[in-house]
Amino acid sequence: MDSFIEALFNPAFPFLRNAFIAGILSSVLFGVLGAVVTVKRIAGLAGAISHAVLGGIGMALYLSATKLVPWMSPILGAIIFALLAAIIIGLVSLKAKQREDTVINAVWAIGMSIGVLFMAKTPGYTDPTSYLFGNILLISTRDLVLLAILDAIVVFLTWRFYPQLEASSFDDEFSRVRGIRTDVVFLILLSITAIAVVLLQTFVGIVMVIAMLTLPAGTAGYLARNLAGMMALSWLFATVFSVSGLMVGWTLDIPVGATVVVIAGAVFLGSAGARLIRNHVVKRNNRPTQQISAKEPRIS
Amino acid sequence: MQKVALRFNEVAFSYGNLAVLEDVSFHIHVGEFIALVGPNGSGKTTVLKLILGLEQPNQGTIEIFEENPRKARDLIGYVPQHASYDPTFPISVQEVVRMGRLLPRSRHYNAADVKAAQEAMEQMEIADLSQRAYSALSGGQRRRVLVARALAANPQLLILDEPTANMDAESESRLFRSLGTLKRSTTILIVTHDMGFVSSLTDRVLCVGDRSHSGRARTVVQHRAEPVENPPPDFFGGEVLKVLHEITLPEDACCADEHHAEENHHG
Repeated sequence: MDSFIEALFNPAFPFLRNAFIAGILSSVLFGVLGAVVTVKRIAGLAGAISHAVLGGIGMALYLSATKLVPWMSPILGAIIFALLAAIIIGLVSLKAKQREDTVINAVWAIGMSIGVLFMAKTPGYTDPTSYLFGNILLISTRDLVLLAILDAIVVFLTWRFYPQLEASSFDDEFSRVRGIRTDVVFLILLSITAIAVVLLQTFVGIVMVIAMLTLPAGTAGYLARNLAGMMALSWLFATVFSVSGLMVGWTLDIPVGATVVVIAGAVFLGSAGARLIRNHVVKRNNRPTQQISAKEPRIS
Repeated sequence: MQKVALRFNEVAFSYGNLAVLEDVSFHIHVGEFIALVGPNGSGKTTVLKLILGLEQPNQGTIEIFEENPRKARDLIGYVPQHASYDPTFPISVQEVVRMGRLLPRSRHYNAADVKAAQEAMEQMEIADLSQRAYSALSGGQRRRVLVARALAANPQLLILDEPTANMDAESESRLFRSLGTLKRSTTILIVTHDMGFVSSLTDRVLCVGDRSHSGRARTVVQHRAEPVENPPPDFFGGEVLKVLHEITLPEDACCADEHHAEENHHG
């Protein structure tokens, strides 16, 4: 650990400092946006968007390497594909519920396939691994600035529209009756998630982004009393997981993204198990009294 | 003549080519306690969505206190059958009830909102549960929380969708006792698939499901309901009316005097 802190402040390792800042900035999105993604139950949609992003990265690498569109950067291609995937998935899930699964899986698979095809035709060697699993060496200052901007947007929108967000997540129909445009809330949320997925994949990779959007929030959900508490706790957990993952990954010289996810997953499964055991015990202790009050109608 | 709270005027509605409702005309007076009954798939939910402004009619008009349903939303309190909620959603009873005061843009719940939520909880006898987690409640308690949420907006028209579904007998009679205290001061509309019996609080029974004149869709008619001897004790605390589906009353039966209505039904 000492060596990690030493390295963090060592000017010879600017990428480690960038990775550390990326972890801190990512945690805001993992925590706050992740809590919303979790309670809105759109983790599956976010998963499809994050995988479809590979198509945009592949396309951008191809277009810039072949000089067809020299200024096309991977992050721009990724954002284009992410928003496209978000719009398709969003509209289908609002308009045609019965086809939702098929379309989500199609977007997921087609996006990745396009990425693989473009990369195969890109001149020179392209390795999709760093995009799939994250590579802290690739985090640039521009990525950090974009992350910070998105953090600010997400925190502001959450603060400004908290009651509407809470209500539409808890009971969509009732919110519509109260005049909330829940379809607009949903599409904005999906678009923000799409851009977040692109920015977050530098830290943990395409494949693992969705884990980090759900595991800290899921763990927080076991302890929190309300959505705001869940967001705050989830943020805290995400920060702890990210920093400890970076520290362990650096110290043991293993991939950081995967380490972060494994730590987050272990804590989540541990809390889920603990909760299961606790509920079981509580139920067993309460069983006799509960049955009497539920079954016997009071005749007055 | 009594003021009208809700009026359907020659309403027709279809999902694409599928005609659901046709020739639907009925009205509810201010202060009435109405049961809207109909079998599953009869178009009951569509009538509900039209009232709530979630769907728009293809033909005809709907007025709530002489307003378009979308404009009248602050006058309506809606109690869904169950909140389509995730059991792991962390939220307290008080926070759910407060949601009844939600506005499309406001970020704050002010002192008046908090007070209204508190009163609604007291009205539904759940004030002692206010800090409890919603997910930890029984089905009957949750239903009362949802009624309190609707009441928090001080609605003129209270609409309950299947309020007795999955409810034990005690919760059911407790709920109808609370609704009894609201009767007259609030117009109440209960939507239910229970065709046989309605609570004795009910003034009139509207039935969705009869074929319209063209035979393509369903319409709404009014049926007679009368007290029964030896009612089933586990319904509405034992205070029930039996719905006589064979007797259809004219649409304006509620506005005419009793004698006139009788004549119509015998003739």
